[in-house]
Order: sequence, then structure tokens, then C-alpha cells
Amino acid sequence: MEQLIQLTIDNIPVEVIEGTTILDAAKKIGVKIPTLCHHEDLCVAGNCRICVVEVQGQRNLSASCATPATNGMVIKTNTPKIRKTRRDLLGLLVSEHNTQCTTCYRSMNCELQLLASEYNVDNNIFLSVLKESDKKIDRSSYSIEKDPSKCIRCQRCVRTCSELQGVNALTVAHRGEHMRIETFMDLPLNEVVCTNCGQCVNRCPTGALTERRYFDFLWDAIGDPTKHVVMNTAPATRVVIGEAFGMPVGTRVTGKMVAAMKQLGMDSVLDTDFTADLTIIEEGTELLTRLKKLIVDGDKTQKFPMLTSCSPGWIKFIEHMYPDHLGHLSTCKSPQQMFGALAKTYYAEKKGLDPKNIVSVAIMPCAAKKYEANRPEMKASGYQDVDAGLTSRELSHMIKQAGIDFMRIEEKHYDSIMGESTGAGVIFGATGGVMEAALRTVYEIVTGREVPFKNLDITPVRGMEGIREASIKLENCVEAWKFLEGVEVKVAVAHGLLNARKIMDQIAAGTSPYHFIEVMACPGGCLGGGGQPIPTNEEIRKKRAQAIYEEDANMPKRKSHDNEEVQLLYKEFLGEANGHKSHELLHTHYTKRNKV
Amino acid sequence: MNQSKLKRSDIIFGKYTPTDYNVLEKTVKRPPEEIISDIIKSGIRGRGGAGFPTGLKWKYAATLKSDEKYVVCNADEGEPGTFKDREILLRVPRKIFSGMAICGYVIGAKKGFLYLRGEYAFMLPQLYKDLEILDAKLKELALDFSIEIRLGSGAYVCGEETALFESMEGYRGEPRNKPPYPVVAGFRNKPTVINNVETIVTAQTICKIGPEDYANLGTTDSRGSKLFSVSGDTPIPGVYELELGMTLADFVEEYGDGDTKAVQVGGASGFCVPRKKFAETIIGFEGIPTGGSMMLFNNKRSMYHVLQNFLEFFCEESCGQCTPCRIGTQQLRDGLKAIKDKVKDEDYLETLLGLTETMKLSAKCGLGQSVANAFKSIVENFTEEMVY
Repeated sequence: MEQLIQLTIDNIPVEVIEGTTILDAAKKIGVKIPTLCHHEDLCVAGNCRICVVEVQGQRNLSASCATPATNGMVIKTNTPKIRKTRRDLLGLLVSEHNTQCTTCYRSMNCELQLLASEYNVDNNIFLSVLKESDKKIDRSSYSIEKDPSKCIRCQRCVRTCSELQGVNALTVAHRGEHMRIETFMDLPLNEVVCTNCGQCVNRCPTGALTERRYFDFLWDAIGDPTKHVVMNTAPATRVVIGEAFGMPVGTRVTGKMVAAMKQLGMDSVLDTDFTADLTIIEEGTELLTRLKKLIVDGDKTQKFPMLTSCSPGWIKFIEHMYPDHLGHLSTCKSPQQMFGALAKTYYAEKKGLDPKNIVSVAIMPCAAKKYEANRPEMKASGYQDVDAGLTSRELSHMIKQAGIDFMRIEEKHYDSIMGESTGAGVIFGATGGVMEAALRTVYEIVTGREVPFKNLDITPVRGMEGIREASIKLENCVEAWKFLEGVEVKVAVAHGLLNARKIMDQIAAGTSPYHFIEVMACPGGCLGGGGQPIPTNEEIRKKRAQAIYEEDANMPKRKSHDNEEVQLLYKEFLGEANGHKSHELLHTHYTKRNKV
Repeated sequence: MNQSKLKRSDIIFGKYTPTDYNVLEKTVKRPPEEIISDIIKSGIRGRGGAGFPTGLKWKYAATLKSDEKYVVCNADEGEPGTFKDREILLRVPRKIFSGMAICGYVIGAKKGFLYLRGEYAFMLPQLYKDLEILDAKLKELALDFSIEIRLGSGAYVCGEETALFESMEGYRGEPRNKPPYPVVAGFRNKPTVINNVETIVTAQTICKIGPEDYANLGTTDSRGSKLFSVSGDTPIPGVYELELGMTLADFVEEYGDGDTKAVQVGGASGFCVPRKKFAETIIGFEGIPTGGSMMLFNNKRSMYHVLQNFLEFFCEESCGQCTPCRIGTQQLRDGLKAIKDKVKDEDYLETLLGLTETMKLSAKCGLGQSVANAFKSIVENFTEEMVY
């Protein structure tokens, strides 16, 4: 039973449920207590101490994020004692910090900078205790840069990697003045078990963890007249770019984003949604083929459940953690890599370009896409298929660098070819979206009818629960798929690698009841990806998801197999789904990796 | 020595019969409420330094309903200048074990842990032998209780009770947020009584001699006697059992070398008392409480170096998780040096003293909160030595 308690904060009475922290109780009456180590997605740490408040009767101050409110408590959140303490604490953090804010990538979006300025902290009040050893930046990873000189030891990254992702690439090492956040044995990030998901980057309050930036590479390519720059934008980018320009979370800015990119000087602005639709055709066909081999041919080696393979953080995770179960993965490349392979083959051919002059760049909600682009096997076109993967944050940066007035820019459409997309492609950006898109197509292929859900909205796979499941019965199948008559297809959706682990443990134990599972490395799916605007929390992710589903609902076509450019691609170039050319360009293999 | 003004006592090390667990046997035949009442009546407060009334801790733990409860004996004796638990562990370990068993009986715990300082690992063979005897006794008494020994790895902060639990659970030894307190959610988040070695032995002794005799020792505010680890500039370093409530002047008269200029009471996290305050300073809860560390410094010592030594210790031994402790300790150390080196002027001492207040108010655990004690008391009493 939830019990209500009464307390007073800054002379304002407030009633909350027992167990509520002082911080949340204060929030309820509109009193914002400053925090640094606190993050809504993570467990309480209580280590930065910035949120201290006075509790009547207590000798010392209490950390409001970590102290449950109790009945009758009398709390002050803003007294000279508190302000002095917070200012000292901020002064201490600044004294340990590399304060070259002017050149920091996170300047103006840094929680320490904001608070230090708010509290008017004197940079010289304390001596600098920034360690020489912390000045070494780890740029070994394709995806993530770690700059310990900007770390405030809040451990949000540590908690993210452990609580949300179950990876533990980052952890606390040493103690006292030597305490710092390290990888295993302080090895470079590219040598440890890191999935490159970038969730740590999303939760880092400062510039200690950032994505590796590639925009200078892109500017050079744009400026090079011999290069033809093709850019494609991932589904989840079009609902977040506005955030960097002060627009409300969940604003759909597809047309503006396209227009801005054209103004940046891209030769062609295309859509990753196109290859998302293509992924559905390839992956859907793969699923049906596996089912046919199992049921009709009696081939028991077919691996079920089949697992989606769009999320490169998830791929690296399973390669490290479940190397004996890679056969469950769909062999389909991610939409980014399919796009890259086609950009330097099909697109080059159609446009009459020499693929060596094409620079293919992907704008992604993701940090792991950078690593994926650089995987050695991703050279199906004979060149590196994707030359660079940039985050949506980097794109916002470029738009600012170019002096584009994003608020006023007139909307534009994607170019062609490889610019057409359907609503099914768009929802790849939300957890459950790949599953929903796949079901819309697979069900129709097998039964000849649309999925039996109102407006094609397969609501059971939508939402933010960590693992969701659904089933759909195949009835009145068309002749070619009669062998599936009466089969109840069981599917599941998981997001966040901790949930992926639960799904995989089931598979490893041989008890997984599913045929097909969608896994996304990041909480919320790509819309909560490691390359998305900072901050993130569940409320933000829900708003972005809503925008994604609105975008889908407003698309004239909402099923991947209706994408005419995709149909044309098969007709003119690929032949059939899962055919020879598809396998060459659109499918991949995986690598067994170690757990350490 | 014959005219000593100090009241000696001999209840901890006295009367130790190596094969006997008579006190345990007698005590567990009494109802738990009666034992708790005795412990409360005796007035004993925790001997680790914080001084929480032991009887109340036991009483509260006894009232909580839980499928599991634990008794933990904190033998991670790490405070600089403290070595009294070491003596107890070496000389009367069975008093510890029977004290733990009594506590287990009283609060309804079936499992006890002795968290032993890593450096004391050499004691293990003897401790295991004594545990065997205890096990046999417990079997005979049909008491469902067993004790396990866990070794620390040398971190000072693991003596902090919640960091100790983290360490026991296999995690990094970092203090937890409080509340909840250990008695509600301690080891494995179950109700846990965690007591210092000396507290447990004293509780066992109270069960033996009765609360009245015990309460006759010491003063109204500081009942009983206590072990003191005497070190530094003294001709007779060692562990002594003395009644609480003595003045520091009397203490120095007996243990000093005739040239004592200051006594650090309570170790690095305690207070420094200069000679001019010896007479007015009472050792006990009415004056300066202590876990037992008494470090004497004579006139040859530089109090600047003494303080720097403590600060260096804290810079190393802070767990590093919370801002005020991790960085504050470094600022105090470096700032003090900067003043000495004339990089900062004398006024900077005020900034540093202000910082100690911040650390006291906002640090997550006792470690960071108590750095202020040594710093403030040394800086304020020996300002010239800090600056010139």
C-alpha cells in the first residue's frame, strides 16, 4: 500500500508517496535542486553532493537525490550554508577539471559548465588538481572518445554501462585522489569489450565521453570537386534534429533536415529509410525461407528464433557475449551498410559515376554505426561501403557551422534514386519498429491480406517496456505459403542490452519460445541512440517515439513492399530477394569475439 | 607510576580461560530482552569511535522481522595510531566470538562475520582454531549460529560500516547512502548489527560482570573503561585499559616524555589538543571521544608535517566517489603546502578552513566528514607552524 506523507520544502507544504526522494518531492512543487551524478534512467549514486539540502534536526546536509522524504520533514533548499557548500563543491569539481570550455565539444551543453556559471564559481578559488595522466585522450575507438581530463567522476557512464547495458566496459578504478573511470586494465577502448553503443556518451554530463567526430572529413569531401557526396539519413534522425535548435522534443523536421543538408552542399540527400524498406524485404524473405526449410524440408539446423541485425551495438554485444549463437542472427546487413553497398554499385551505375569518387556518408542516431562503417568485411562494393557515419549531433553541429537558420529554412524532399521510403521504414527508429514493419510485409506475403490491426498499427510491439511479446496467427494462407497455415508466429522485442541478455540467456538455455526477435542496443531503440541529442530520459524517448509513429501515420505508403524504388531496384539490379546479388551486397557474416 | 591519577581497569584482557565459554553458556539461557536491558543499563557506547549506544542498536535489530539477520564484527582496524583490536584479537579472541554469538542470540541472527583487516591475516590459523572450539560449544548449546571470517584488502575506508558490507558482498569498498542504516539494511540489505571488536568484547564482559559493575566505571556521560593505543613520543607505547573521563593532563603526565606539545586524540580523523588545553580536555563523550588512538607529539615535531602526513593519508584512502572528500583532501594538502611555499598567502588558510566546513557538511561518509577535525584543530592551534 502506498502511504502518503507530508513535509515542508522551503515553507511550502507538499504531499508525496512514502519513499519519494527529497529531490523528487521538491520537483513536485517546482523547486529545482541542482544535480550532477543523478540521472533519471539510473540508480541513485549520491556522490557529487551538489544536491545537498538542509533537513531540520540534522547536523550535516543531506543529499536530496539519495534521501527519502519522511513525514513531517522540514527542508530548506536554498540557504547561505547550502549555497556556500554547493559553490565550494562546484569549485572543487572545476579544480579537477580541464576548464578549456571554449574549445570543448560539449560547451553550452555541459551540466558542470551550466552550474559553475549559475553559482558564479571562481575558477581560481582552489588550486588545479587536474592530473597529468588524465590529459591523455583515448581516440582508439572509431566510435567513442574518452577524455579523462573532463571527467567529474559522477559514474553515470559506469552505471549506464552496467545497469542499462550489462556490458561493464567502464568501471571505477583506484581510490582517493587516483580514483578514475577506466576500462579493463585501462586498455584503449578499441581493445576492450565495448559495444560502441554510446549510451555513456548520452549520459555524460560533460565532455569526458563524446562520439568521435567525422565532420571535418565530410567538409573536406564536400569541398573536393572530384568527389560526389551521397548522404543518407536514418529514421530516428528526423525527429530529433530540431532539439539542437531549441525546438520542442518530438518535433518532426524531416523536410527541414533535408533542406539543410542540401544547403551544406551534399550532391545527393537520400534516405536510409529506403534501405530500411529493403531490409524488410530481405529479412522477411530470410525468415520465411528459414521457416520453409524447417517445416517443408525438415531441416532442423535452421536457427530459431531469428534475431534482427540492424543495431551494430547489439551485433558487437552478441559477438562478444554469445559467440556460439551467432547463427540466430539474420545475415542481413543493417540499412546503413546496405545503403553504402548500393551507393557505390547500383547508384553509381545509375548516375554514371565512378564509385571511387563517391563519398557515402550516413547520418545516424548512433555511435556504433561509426564502428560498423569501419568493419573490415563491409567492402562489398570493392570500396569501403560507408565512408563515415555521423551522429545526429554532428549534423546539428555542421548546420550551425554553416550558419544555416534551421528555424526558417524551407522544407525540401529527398533526392532520387534511393530516396523513397514508407512508414514501415520510418518506424525502424523506435523499439519494435523493425518487428512491426516486418510483420506488415510478411503477413501480407503469406496471407495476401494486410495485418489484422487497425490502421496497420501493431500496438502490442510498441511501447517502452524492456521486453515485449506478441503473436500473430497465419490463416487462409496463399497457395505458396500453405505450409504455414495455422502457424502462430511468436515474436518478441527487446531494447537495451540488459534486456538483450535476458533474451539471449533464454536462447542459450534452449527455452526461447519465439520465432523472431527484434533487438536494439539502445533504450527506446534508435530514437534513444548513442548519437542522439543530450539529454535523454524516458519522457524524451516517449515523445520522440510518438513523433516517429506520427511520421509513419502520415506517410502515403506504410508497407515496405510498396516502396516503388525498392521494387525497381530488384527489377533492374538485384533480381530476387535473397538472390545471388543480394547475398553479395546486402548480407554479411559475424565474428566470434572474446568476453574479455 | 604508583601515584597514577588514571584509573586502570582490567576487564577486557582479564580472566581469560582459553577453553571456557562459560559466559556464553550462561547468557544464552537468559531471555534476550533481559540481556538487551543489561547492555542498555551498562551505558556502553560503540568503541569504534562514533559512540552509538550499543544496547539500542541491538534492541532495534531484535525488533525487526526478517528472514535473515547478521552480526558483523568490524576488525578492520585502520585508524592511524590504533592497534588495540589487534591486541584483543591476539589475546582474547574467544571473547569476541562469544560476544558475537550472544549478539546473534539476542537479535535472532544465525550468521556472524568477522571482517578482519588484511594485514592481520597472520592471525587466521589461531582464529580458526578458536572458531572450531566455538562451533563445538554452539553445537552443545544447540545454538544455530556460525561465524565466518572475511579478509579486507587494506583499504581504510572499508572500516566504514557500509563500505565494509560492499566489500563483503564482493563490490568496490565504497560507503553507501544513509539512510537506510545497517541495522535496517546492512549486509545483503538485511538487518545487521555491526560492532567494533572492542564493543563486542565489552558487551560480552557486561554479560559476565553485570551492568551495575560496569556502569560504575567511567563517568556519567562516558560509562565504562576503554582500551587506548598509546603511541608517538612516549617512553611506554602500548595498549592500556583505562576508565573514561580522565583529563588529558593526567594522561600526558603518565604517558608523555616530559616534553609533550600536543596529543592527537582519535587518530587521523580525530582532534589535536595543544598543551595549553590539556587540563581542560576530558577524554570521553563529554569532551573528546576517541576510538582509542592517542598519539603524543613532543616539541621536536613539526605540526605542519604531522598534518601533511594525515592529509596525504586521506588523499590516498578516500574511496574517491564523493566530491568533497576526493578533491577536498587534495586541496587541503596542496593548499597547505602552497601557503608554506608562499605560493598562496596566509589568508588562504581561511579558504581552506571554509572548505573543511563544506567537507564536514556534505561528505557522504564519516571519512570525508572528519578530515575537518584534524585539519581545523591543528591549523587553529598551530597557525604559525603552518605559515612559517
